Amino acid sequence: MSSKKYFVEVDSLAKRYPSKEGELTVFENANFGIEKGEFVCIIGHSGCGKSTILNVLAGLDSATDGGVIMNGKEVSGPSLERGVIFQNYSLLPWRSALKNITFGVQARFPQWSKDKVIEHSLKFLELVGLQGVEHRKPSQLSGGMRQRVSIARAFATQPQLLLMDEPFGALDALTRGVIQEELLKIWNETHQTVFMITHDVDEAILLADRILLMTNGPYARIAESVKVSIPRPRERNTIIHHPAYYKIRNHLVDFLVSRSKELSGNNTDNEGMQSSEFKPVEVDPAEGIAAEPVQINSEGVAVPA
Amino acid sequence: MSNSLTFRAALLSLIFLVITLGIWEAMNQAPQKTEAMSEYELLMGGADQEARVPPPSAVLKLAYSELSNPFYDAGPNDKGIGIQLAYSLYRVLAGFFLAALIAIPLGFLIGMSPLMHKALNPFIQVLRPISPLAWMPLALFVIKDSEASSIFVIFICSIWPMLINTAFGVSNVRDDWINVARTHELTPFKTAVLVILPAAAPTILTGMRISIGIAWLVIVAAEMLVGGTGIGYYVWNEWNNLDLSSVIFSILMIGMVGMLLDLALSSISRWVEYQE
Repeated sequence: MSSKKYFVEVDSLAKRYPSKEGELTVFENANFGIEKGEFVCIIGHSGCGKSTILNVLAGLDSATDGGVIMNGKEVSGPSLERGVIFQNYSLLPWRSALKNITFGVQARFPQWSKDKVIEHSLKFLELVGLQGVEHRKPSQLSGGMRQRVSIARAFATQPQLLLMDEPFGALDALTRGVIQEELLKIWNETHQTVFMITHDVDEAILLADRILLMTNGPYARIAESVKVSIPRPRERNTIIHHPAYYKIRNHLVDFLVSRSKELSGNNTDNEGMQSSEFKPVEVDPAEGIAAEPVQINSEGVAVPA
Repeated sequence: MSNSLTFRAALLSLIFLVITLGIWEAMNQAPQKTEAMSEYELLMGGADQEARVPPPSAVLKLAYSELSNPFYDAGPNDKGIGIQLAYSLYRVLAGFFLAALIAIPLGFLIGMSPLMHKALNPFIQVLRPISPLAWMPLALFVIKDSEASSIFVIFICSIWPMLINTAFGVSNVRDDWINVARTHELTPFKTAVLVILPAAAPTILTGMRISIGIAWLVIVAAEMLVGGTGIGYYVWNEWNNLDLSSVIFSILMIGMVGMLLDLALSSISRWVEYQE
């Protein structure tokens, strides 16, 4: 990472809380960038401060040190340019599925007519496969359907950056798989810039262009930036056969099991190092493999030759 | 199943009613005299010296005649039950809506601002436990009008549940929903109208329901104090007339109207309720 300018630049971000023994540093020296149209996932154990980083990006929380610059402007509060999808869906329960989406669309495009707002909202409800249930209240929808409404609301407002905080964490494995594919489908159409927190290694490989790995807290930091060099479009049932898949997966699991602890901030000596100099190591576990020829099947999906 | 449960419950209610009325009726019959009454006994209105509660049959007879002409007005001491109830309802609703007008915005302020909550809480805690009737002398002195004073008493007793419930509902709106408003860049006013108000509405309505219940309890006592018109005055006036049938009849009417007020508010609250 040289002086290259990213669409989103996170610079020396740190979060500290006052505690009895002085200050408690949750994470520090978080430096990374997100390019326009890039899908970035972040993985780390609980308590490493992933959610705080996401909330700072969203403008809902403020960091103790450092800052975030998006599109040349500093992030200082919530904005419609940054959409957020929360784990617990955050739908307004007194509004129907459609009304929850028009809520976002109206806020984003206040000059639009009522018909245009509804038409636009219905289009995105259809994209997530929810035509026919638009008048149901969230309580009458399953968890998966609720998260789809939430995804539709976020995409319908067309933010420049979409932030997702473990969006599928509350869903069962089967539903999660279906919605991941739907998310991929929408993403393929919109090429939305996404920053997403997940605990699921397979989900990260399926969705992301790049995966940031965080060490354990306290004194957590972003240690590695792992490239997912599996070509798109990806599909859940074929991606696992790609030769690069297990290279990447093993690298991630290995990090989470052992290195996340070893590399944790208070174990490494970085005295005298400027916080902005601490950059995640760029890793491409499947280097060479991805370049090998892959067969493209009739559906346009890459499978190993 | 639920249908038959309703049916059985209704049947049981009816049985309880018949038994209660039966016992009441049986225990309050004037004793039959076998011999002719003396002149003294005739003068005193019967052979029995002991006062008796009128039996339900007498109350029902009175209820029928009162309800068949509820709005007659034959002077200050003889008005129909409908007129008296209308006076009371007018005072209750006037005091209640005035209280809502102040309690709901103030509750929003207290619920949204921890500073205001801390600053106003001591006043609320001291003023809330005061019996609303204790305000009556002061109200009469300051307002110099018995009608307005009883409305003020209703106002002061119905303000607290609405104020406290609104503040509670507003301060407990889930952070997620507030965050939805924030990430959509809603103005504070739009956040209040589009997110906080609908989120807190069920709690606010519960406060209003408690308030109107208390207001209806208090109006009877207030009207007994200030007199003139209203169902409370009516009860006391009939007691002074020693017309116990009317007293019992008006007690039942107070219960009926109170129930209707509660039903009205509970059906409104069904409009704003939501399931998470």
